[in-house]
Amino acid sequence: MSTASPDLVLSTAPFVREGATTPRIMAEVLCAALVVALAASWNFGIGALLTVAAATAGAAATEWLFSRSETPSRLRDYSALTTGVLLGLTLPPSMPLWMAFVGGVAAIGLGKLIWGGLGQNLFNPALVGRAFLQAAFPTAITTWSPPVEPGGIFSLPKSLLAAPFASGAVDAVSTATPLGLSKFQNQLTEIGPLFFGNISGSLGETSAALLLLCGLWLGVRRVFDWRLPVSTLLSVAVLSGILHYLSPESNPPPFFMLFSGGLFFGAVFMVTDPVTTPTTPRGAWIFGIGVGALVVLIRLYGGLPEGVMYAILLMNAVTPHLNRLTQRRPFGV
Amino acid sequence: MSAAPAPASRSRTFRGGVHPHEHKESTHALPIERMPFVSEYVLPLSQHIGAPSRAVVEVGEKVHRGQMIAAPAGFVSVALHAPVTGRVTAIGLRLHPNGRMMPSIVIATDPFDSQRVPETQPVDPARLTAKEMVALVQNGGLVGLGGAAFPSHVKFQVPEGRQMQAAVINGCECEPYLTCDHRLMVERPETVVRGAEIIMAQIGAERGYIGIEDNKPDALAALRAVAPASIEVVSLKVKYPQGAEKLLIDAIFRKEVPAGGLPLDIAILVNSVATTAALADLVDRGIPLIERIVTVTGPAIARPRNLMVPLGTPLSAVIEHCGGLLPGAHQVVLGGPMMGMAQKSLEVPTLKGASGILCLDRKSAVPLREYACIRCGRCLEACPMRLNPTRLAHLARAEWVDELEAHQLMNCFECASCSFVCPSRIPLVQWLRMGKAMLRNRKESA
Repeated sequence: MSTASPDLVLSTAPFVREGATTPRIMAEVLCAALVVALAASWNFGIGALLTVAAATAGAAATEWLFSRSETPSRLRDYSALTTGVLLGLTLPPSMPLWMAFVGGVAAIGLGKLIWGGLGQNLFNPALVGRAFLQAAFPTAITTWSPPVEPGGIFSLPKSLLAAPFASGAVDAVSTATPLGLSKFQNQLTEIGPLFFGNISGSLGETSAALLLLCGLWLGVRRVFDWRLPVSTLLSVAVLSGILHYLSPESNPPPFFMLFSGGLFFGAVFMVTDPVTTPTTPRGAWIFGIGVGALVVLIRLYGGLPEGVMYAILLMNAVTPHLNRLTQRRPFGV
Repeated sequence: MSAAPAPASRSRTFRGGVHPHEHKESTHALPIERMPFVSEYVLPLSQHIGAPSRAVVEVGEKVHRGQMIAAPAGFVSVALHAPVTGRVTAIGLRLHPNGRMMPSIVIATDPFDSQRVPETQPVDPARLTAKEMVALVQNGGLVGLGGAAFPSHVKFQVPEGRQMQAAVINGCECEPYLTCDHRLMVERPETVVRGAEIIMAQIGAERGYIGIEDNKPDALAALRAVAPASIEVVSLKVKYPQGAEKLLIDAIFRKEVPAGGLPLDIAILVNSVATTAALADLVDRGIPLIERIVTVTGPAIARPRNLMVPLGTPLSAVIEHCGGLLPGAHQVVLGGPMMGMAQKSLEVPTLKGASGILCLDRKSAVPLREYACIRCGRCLEACPMRLNPTRLAHLARAEWVDELEAHQLMNCFECASCSFVCPSRIPLVQWLRMGKAMLRNRKESA
């Protein structure tokens, strides 16, 4: 009465799992970011792809260097590649490639590895990389070259290939971003270009329409917590709406605040980083509202035209506190 | 404290939880069949929570089907009965599905016996005192058949002076793959209702509720057709773990059982439909717990079935009766896929608490590769007890026992929703179990 039992494997319950895995979540964000990178190269020329590639190379090389003894490689979870691509997309076109590479190294090295690797870092690694570049190369990172003329996709700005530490590295034709125009010349950009991206700015931030599609896709796929981007955007819309209503001359209208600068990019790709944002649903709402409020404050009252990066980094810093403050009441307690 | 439920026309539910694939389609329409008798049965003395039963037969003794072979050893303990007429061939250590060698009674079947359970005098529950009823249930070997196998009579002994509000009958069957409760409700609704009435009379509750997930419309209809006015059949949303008694009460009454407490604390008693029907069979027909319905299913079994299986039947025999394992069989699980136990040997017996035999192939098995926690918070949203599983797992790993207690770890009932959703495949519920063991050890040594 005994059937020869095959080689049965022991493990503990549960024996079924939901489909999403961490590498797959990262890979989906990576794919969405690559779509944005392709759009950026349409807008700014294929130099955009080179910038993204340089930042990614810096990030991947650093991750590989510090985890090369591990098998399988930590690169296989796609998180370092995602960080690199996202960093690249926050950089201006025509920034020297070596600087982008250094940014990638800083993003992974200072933003992630010294904290203990994936899941341990307090600040968004891509934004740490960008903040590093902002401090190290303040001119290069605020030199905005305009979108390329039709047919100019394959022209490369000379500055892109500048040798490391060469002086006068940045010689690109510079123009003002819509936020710069608004802040320093009180001049509003039309909603059409803001929405579809034919404006100057960082590589990934210019087309709100495309970013909206990416956000919807990632949200529907439940790759991120939808509360984070929604609360961020709502917060900006409501707060800037109130301020615009109180003083329409000095404060731009909400649509402009929503669709200009890095807000949509930040809301879709940065605010949604699970590692550096609260785990509790209520914490997520507070985080997003805080980011939105800081963005409006920095843009309207700060010295900089744009404040998405600092707004997110500042809220990253309070994330552990938000997690503690928003603990839920356990069942039956 | 009133037990009036929140008015709701739609299906009710609880907060949190997960939506695993149901996988019930291969067996939910298959009528319950009888598993033929096999030549040998192994009956572990410990098939329930509490003290193991005490053997009252000797090696060589002839036993008849339904005869008590082990008596309760204390109040939180139940009797055990021969599932078959035959001879006791051994009393000793045998492999238990929990992976250990446990004291068991082995019975060789008498091949020439008709295997009819001797009819006993039916009992009129109205003429029994509450105490006599408790003894009857204890000596009938009745335990919770939903999986925990907690002795039923303990629950039927209501503390003096306590006015019970409601008896809840649990027909959720929220574990994927399993359909044994579903078939029972469709095929024997009167027995379930009869058992519910016996429970209500025993504990002095005027209202009864039968909770069923709304993926079983035929079971809902069958029970509504026979339920009296005092028993409400409640439709519940399909969500795991709706069948956990605290969440079932939450869904029906919008009331939370206090942490660390029992449904008794809010004057409610929950029993599964299978236990309820077994109680009716015990009272009306005098049949103790000698068999149970088992769903044999999964992608690696040749012919999935719902079987009435005598207790102590080796898994190998049940699997063989269902056409055997298919090539590529990878895991055999006793119970459901969320809370069951994987088996290494198929010579272990079926138990009172085992509602399924799940045969998984390599494709459906979960890869064990683990990634770093990315703090996505999915486990927090899934946890029906609103705990923080990832934090608790970190604390358990660090053996930070005080913090484990402060974070309400003992509220965890190991439903495994956290492990189910974790994209980094961290064995969260496993860490939580270890943490609970640390807390228990500390309590014992204190």
